[in-house]
Amino acid sequence: MTTSLPPLPEPVRKDPQKKTPSALIPPSARSRLGMRLSAEAARGRFRLPHCNACNQPVWPPREACPACLSSLQWRDADATGTLIAETTLETSPELYFRERTPWRVGTVDLAGGVPVMAHLHAQCRIGDTVTLRLFLDKADRAVFMAFSDLDSPDLREDIQLRELTNDPRHRRVLITDARTPAGVALAKAMTKAGAKRIFAGIGDAWKRDAAIEALEGMETVSTVPLDLTDTRSVEELCGEIGGKVDILVHNAEQVRPGGVMAGRGIADAKQLHEKLVFGFMRLAESFGPVMRSRGADGVNAATAWVNLLSVYAHANWPAYGQHSAAHAATLSLAQCLRGEMQGSGVRVMNAFAGPLEQDWHDQVLPPKVTADRLAREIVGALQGGQQDVYIGDVARDVAERFEDDAKLLEMELAGDGQ
Amino acid sequence: MSADNATDNATDHPDTVAILAGLAAGLASAEIKIVDLTHRLDPDFPIIVLPPEFGQCAPFRMEEISRYDARGPAWHWHNISLGEHAGTHFDAPIHWISGRDLPNNTTDTLPVQKLVGQVCVIDCEAESDADDDYEMGVDKIAAFEAEHGEIPAQSWVLMRTGWSRRRGADYINLRADGAHSPGPDAAAVRFLVEQRDIIGFGTETVGTDTGQAVHSDPPYPAHYILHGAGRYGLQCLANLDQLPPTGAILVAAPLKIRQGTGSPLRVLALIP
Repeated sequence: MTTSLPPLPEPVRKDPQKKTPSALIPPSARSRLGMRLSAEAARGRFRLPHCNACNQPVWPPREACPACLSSLQWRDADATGTLIAETTLETSPELYFRERTPWRVGTVDLAGGVPVMAHLHAQCRIGDTVTLRLFLDKADRAVFMAFSDLDSPDLREDIQLRELTNDPRHRRVLITDARTPAGVALAKAMTKAGAKRIFAGIGDAWKRDAAIEALEGMETVSTVPLDLTDTRSVEELCGEIGGKVDILVHNAEQVRPGGVMAGRGIADAKQLHEKLVFGFMRLAESFGPVMRSRGADGVNAATAWVNLLSVYAHANWPAYGQHSAAHAATLSLAQCLRGEMQGSGVRVMNAFAGPLEQDWHDQVLPPKVTADRLAREIVGALQGGQQDVYIGDVARDVAERFEDDAKLLEMELAGDGQ
Repeated sequence: MSADNATDNATDHPDTVAILAGLAAGLASAEIKIVDLTHRLDPDFPIIVLPPEFGQCAPFRMEEISRYDARGPAWHWHNISLGEHAGTHFDAPIHWISGRDLPNNTTDTLPVQKLVGQVCVIDCEAESDADDDYEMGVDKIAAFEAEHGEIPAQSWVLMRTGWSRRRGADYINLRADGAHSPGPDAAAVRFLVEQRDIIGFGTETVGTDTGQAVHSDPPYPAHYILHGAGRYGLQCLANLDQLPPTGAILVAAPLKIRQGTGSPLRVLALIP
């Protein structure tokens, strides 16, 4: 029986006489081997090194199995264990934890007899059977967190969990291209997840359509003029609401089929890059610094910058070659932004999808990702604190093949188009 | 022609010297007024909406190069980008397939003598207020001529609809079946070209044709007929209500773009 938790405090309006706290990060030094755990956590996985001979998980990571000296391989691990010790930090020489005490940590005995130090969800008690999850902390380094009941209705009331995730609850979200099926679905999903306010960016407001009407009909949504191809428009909106954007979703999309030879020409490609690639840069120039400065701004601090990307950003799909190229460029910029956001407490999350269920993919066979599913999984990944999320079967398949052998994937895509 | 010859020619025609001197005096004293018929080039000024599978005209955009800062300490300047047919703009005959083989049909080759000329303004505001899809017919031109005299050859003709006072969604007036805005019908354009030998035709709307002109016969009759006959188009004009029905002079010079099909421009009118 898990104890119920009091609800998280609702964010209050800022005291204008108080300094906005500086973003601090927990200790970030890791060996390259230790960083591997962060790379797993970034993708929402629970993988540990296992001995190839005795098949036991090994922690902390080593070069060889400490029992039999055999080689190790990272693979999915059993995440169940027992909480055998706990303590509450009341003080710490680390500035980050000093501001956040009291802080509960404990030791979990993983099923294989491996002791693991973990952050504790408030509902965990000594002796509980717990499930471990990997999260990235504010330094983008992997940490374990133990849960006694992942299905608890109070799960997300835990302040330590909130610190490790990017939950939309109580937060204000900017959807940069809201006049798309994904934009409308995101507004709904964010609202459902408890977002306080959604700013829905509308380009070419002089074109009315059903999407605008749907958005205007939602109580949490404020439509705002935002044209990602227009620097002034982005600057003006940032001037108005920059300090209120806790989660920014760059979901601009302009799918067009065609490669580079019999494609749709330079004019179309320019338009696509203006929106996706330069649109990203305009957002980064305006909103980026403001978000970076608000990474520790209380319960509703700036927390995440989300990019909606094609999985073919990893390897070009010639049937939609121009589109793949624009997404590859955006992915590269997102990696750059991630570097620049280091230490700010703002996570840069990339959501990769395969073909979406929309008009410009009408000649593509299923499975295709619906807008609702896309939005739901983006919200889920924010709640899970992931850096990368792959949505739908196609995206997962392409990601797996990319990780397995990027060159082989490139050759496969060149060969049959999918 | 050398400068000396030009002077000699002018001396041969003292009337034109006197006319220009009169014009200069009128401008200096502001007895001849200049009216700006141009919208501001703004990033959010509507452009024509085509089905998304077609190529699209780029709207006006502006990026800062420097602003008295590290990028250029003492100067401020921009890079701009836009389609030839964005904002208040000029259509050259090559813009339309009917005019593609005509001589001197591009912005860099068209005869500059045609870019300044007298202008007639046909007031269709009442009709356009009553009907978004109003089509100006020959009867309307006949009524104009009955009141103001025959449209002189080599004139510009502008259709005044009040549309330039509309903003945003009301301007382009999109519905599920496309844009709805007034313009001329095919017979009217044919009449102006064949019977009145106009230089060109201009509107306050986003095109010289009606919003629904794709359904006309021929489709886009103003574009088809005007440009097929080597005449010019002006669209997205403003302030037509400040012009007299006749007697003004229009100045409409597009940028000299190599093989240009049109150009944004500043359109001015001289009024008595």
